Amino acid sequence: MAEVIVEEKGKGGKKKAKKHPPRMDMTPMVDLMCLLITFFMLTTAFNKSKVMEIILPEKLQNDKPQDAPRISASRTLNVILGPNNKLYWYPGAVKPEDFNNLPPLMETDYSAEGVRKLLLERNKALAKKIDDFNKDVISGKIQISQDSLRGAISQLKKVDDTGPIVLVKAYKEANYGNFVDILDEMNICGIARYTFMKIAWYEVKMVETAAGIQSTAKPATN
Amino acid sequence: MPKIKLPTKSPHIDMTPMVDTFAVILTFLLLTAQMRQTEPANVDMPFSISEKPTPDFNMMTFLLSTDGKVFMNFDNGGDTLTKFRPKILVEIGKRYGIEFTEEQQREFEKYPSSIGVPMDKMKEFLDAKNMKDRIPLQTGIPIDSADNQLAMWILYARQVNPNIQACIKGDSKTAFETVEKVLDILQDKNVNRFNLITSLEAARINLEEIQQ
Repeated sequence: MAEVIVEEKGKGGKKKAKKHPPRMDMTPMVDLMCLLITFFMLTTAFNKSKVMEIILPEKLQNDKPQDAPRISASRTLNVILGPNNKLYWYPGAVKPEDFNNLPPLMETDYSAEGVRKLLLERNKALAKKIDDFNKDVISGKIQISQDSLRGAISQLKKVDDTGPIVLVKAYKEANYGNFVDILDEMNICGIARYTFMKIAWYEVKMVETAAGIQSTAKPATN
Repeated sequence: MPKIKLPTKSPHIDMTPMVDTFAVILTFLLLTAQMRQTEPANVDMPFSISEKPTPDFNMMTFLLSTDGKVFMNFDNGGDTLTKFRPKILVEIGKRYGIEFTEEQQREFEKYPSSIGVPMDKMKEFLDAKNMKDRIPLQTGIPIDSADNQLAMWILYARQVNPNIQACIKGDSKTAFETVEKVLDILQDKNVNRFNLITSLEAARINLEEIQQ
């Protein structure tokens, strides 16, 4: 059985009901919330990182010998990522008879004045076309959906046959940031044809001559 | 001159609207929160103009630290039932003759960030009770040709989840040699399309300036 305990009140107690103020003090609550908000702000990953796509040519199978694709030397531009954030380039190709007298490398950098200017000068026609197209889309002259915009631009790149063919190579002391930077420049300048490939031994030698490193490069035996 | 009577007011300010706003912000943050993962190595991502967001699912991420270590991470898939992570672990365990218990698989499933543990240390890594014991075990996945465990991870990840895409997350100071090795291994396994994870940066070209 439940017992009801009646609390006895002191008879002589003062019966002054305490006047509660009608408000509660919210300050501690505000403090706490401030703290929580700060915590969540700092731990939340707000800006999602972006990705840059790159597609590399398939590796050649050893059992299936294949001819190297023929590209015109006059359009070829070799860009070599060098040590200490340096960037080297030379136009055209090095022929086997030049091996004893290698052409000098031009030095440039990753800034807008450096490699971007170089690439844009060579890619003027295509870059202008893409730029005009983008302007027409923005001004409403061409009605195109956002999805087909990329396709249209890649079609522009596909039919282009004036821009340079850029071959990106990396010296062994280059870093990953250089690699991303140069690929980014390709996107900025709208280069239609570019690829990344292994550096050749004579190019190693050229870089080492240009950078003043004791050269160790030797022709490969095969 | 009459005295100006200042109204006597209590010094309290009504905090209720402030509390309300804070509560709204807090709820919003709680609901949208995507906890920042603590990666085993700190990387400063390079910048690019690419605006394509990182996919949420079906990706394997290779984290390349400045000291040349390789870490790997993949997601569980878009559906909670797919559970790609434990499946990949079981498959690669079979390859190295290691059998993982239920608990170890569950631990692997919910491990939030990249893992760079050689297979022979994997059991010890998953059994460890706190994060501190795990740090020294993260020595990077072996990538040399004698014991190419990264290639095996890629192989089984693609076997379990055929739609998986390769993402590379590197520090801008990471030596290109490491990156090249990883790209090489990926290409050996017939992955030719890569996503390089970068931070966004605006760039503008000025054609008129060039044409002068």
